[in-house]
Amino acid sequence: MSTQQLTEVELREVRGPTALGGGWKRFVDLVYLMSVTEFKRTYFGTALGYLWSICRPLLLFAVLLEVFTHIFRLGSTVPHYPVLLLFNIILFGFFQGGTGASVSSIVAQEGIVRKTQFPRLAIPLAVIMTGLFDLALNLIVVFGFILGFGISPLWTWLLLPVLIALLFVFTLGVSMILSSLYPRFRDIGIIWTVVATALFYATPVLYPLEKVSGRLRDVIAINPITPILGAARKWIIDPHAPGPGSAAAGGPMRLAIAMVIYVVICVLGVWIFNREAPRIAEEL
Amino acid sequence: MPTAQALLQWRAFSIADQEPSERRRARVIDGPVVIEVRDLDKTFRIPEHRADTVRERVVRPLSRGEYRELRALRGISFDVRRGEFFGIVGRNGSGKSTLLKVMASIYRADGGRVRIAGRLAPFIELGVGFNPEFTARQNVLLNGVMMGLSRREAALRLDRVVDFAGLSEFVDLKLKNYSSGMMVRLAFAVMVEADADIMLVDEVIAVGDASFAQKCMDVFREKRRVGKTLVLVTHDMGAVQNFCDRAMLIHDGEMRYLGDPEEAALRYFRLNFGGGGNGRSGVGAVPDVNVSLVDVWLENGLGERVENVEQGEPIGFNLIVEAQRELRGAIFAFQCLNVDGIPIFGFGKGMTEDDEIDRIAAGQRVRIAAKIENPLVPGRYGLKCSIARNNTLGDTVMHDVQLMDFLVRGKDPNPGMVAVQEDLRAIVES
Repeated sequence: MSTQQLTEVELREVRGPTALGGGWKRFVDLVYLMSVTEFKRTYFGTALGYLWSICRPLLLFAVLLEVFTHIFRLGSTVPHYPVLLLFNIILFGFFQGGTGASVSSIVAQEGIVRKTQFPRLAIPLAVIMTGLFDLALNLIVVFGFILGFGISPLWTWLLLPVLIALLFVFTLGVSMILSSLYPRFRDIGIIWTVVATALFYATPVLYPLEKVSGRLRDVIAINPITPILGAARKWIIDPHAPGPGSAAAGGPMRLAIAMVIYVVICVLGVWIFNREAPRIAEEL
Repeated sequence: MPTAQALLQWRAFSIADQEPSERRRARVIDGPVVIEVRDLDKTFRIPEHRADTVRERVVRPLSRGEYRELRALRGISFDVRRGEFFGIVGRNGSGKSTLLKVMASIYRADGGRVRIAGRLAPFIELGVGFNPEFTARQNVLLNGVMMGLSRREAALRLDRVVDFAGLSEFVDLKLKNYSSGMMVRLAFAVMVEADADIMLVDEVIAVGDASFAQKCMDVFREKRRVGKTLVLVTHDMGAVQNFCDRAMLIHDGEMRYLGDPEEAALRYFRLNFGGGGNGRSGVGAVPDVNVSLVDVWLENGLGERVENVEQGEPIGFNLIVEAQRELRGAIFAFQCLNVDGIPIFGFGKGMTEDDEIDRIAAGQRVRIAAKIENPLVPGRYGLKCSIARNNTLGDTVMHDVQLMDFLVRGKDPNPGMVAVQEDLRAIVES
């Protein structure tokens, strides 16, 4: 008879769904395929296609530039303000877009979550990867602008991947909290749109941190995204700008607090997601 | 009351296999265990008043105790051996689908353990997990990778899947534009082409049209022959008896029987009709039995009670039901199936149509008598019945219950499923 009966069978324990289990190769394949599929879908059927990825932040940039150079006059007091504004919008847009899309991502994939066993983390991670593709396209435009404005290349440009990585991890940490709790607490969707808008103003996107004074600056300085944008400005656009931790940016103490918050949120994200992952399918 | 005996005059559909059942049984019993379930417990916490929003948590932060515990599985243990076709039967809400989801690693068990050898392909709630926003191509690729294939292997599988489903022209159509039949066909094809060692299938029988249903049957037969393992969760006792080597009856999360599929089916019917709805303490379960079956029998052309009929002889189906609660606007629908579970014909009637009976009071018995001319070719057939109320087909009080099986006897089997009245002549053309 068959050789089948002779082969050894090895029983493996089935432990239910997890955040990450099932092997790295499968996880990487899965995240890659999900994010590419989603990226294609977003722009499928639109007349401009991928150009929308670039147009959206550019349109926002045009409006804000007009407002802040001609109405509030802030722009004219900051060196390279237009480039800085565009760069900030695109970096913050990655955070805002990624977290916003991931909130309901697991619920949106309900059909898959309720019927298939796969590492649950793949869903929010794929959403943020999709955002990363957008970011990459946008950065090409940003660097076009930077060179166009006469800023000469700096060796610190090589540090850009570090900044992107820091922003990526933070975005993922927040997304893990939001996406895993959303099936149980649907209010999170609404709350997050409000919080994200507030964060937009509580992060030095429209203005550089040194233009803010007193209590307000102390609050903005402990926002974990603030030092990332600060470093981006100093390393990419203006080496003379006050860097994170300098007195004009709230001092080293505030930087340390921002870093602690950063780490706490990321750890919290991993912890909460791990705790929720096995039971997410039951909550849908 | 002649109830159980007459009703449960069940005889198995013969297993339509090449392999003699004795030899098959011996082969399976000697095989290694590929699914081992031990003392499995699963409890759902159902919020009495679902606190879905943060506000409800904030307003009543201390009242987190408003949960009702639903023990979906209690201490389930069993083994499935390689090459075995294993049936799990039980009423709605008995826990059988939960059990399948724990085995498929979609739910986490609260106690006990499940161990599995080999690759699994689940088919749950008529699907394998699709995103309606994606095209068939994208979904099949994603599913392949989720099942553990590499991207290249998943791409190679794509053609076989759409081929099997007969959907090659629609491979780049978004699934939200698919008909439900197309969706089920695609899902079934994905499951089949996964070529897994173990298939976990929840309610698959009778998907798509007759020719696809036939194709599914052929696939199951082929899988059975080559020694794949199947766990089948179903309401369809015909399928259990037709395909399964062993079956388990599960009720209120507990295992009530494990063994012979015929015995399991018998006990399932006893649960459904015998006690008339007692023993259903589990709240939250959908009541699917508001009617109990008192008797069911077959009559020949002369009105005599018989077990089997001759080919061409008119058949009388008779059924006595007792309403457990008041039943208004009842609709009785019957379906006659062949040995493969494929419907041959159906008929039915709303009881108010000819002002016959508008209302059946609780405790009242009604006899339903149907006479049909007999177009069936010789073979074994089953009869199923559904009962709906309020003149609404969807408002089911009894769902697709297999009433009986019977033999149509005859000498010369014509090809096809039915015999027709023919008028065949040769006329010389000048």
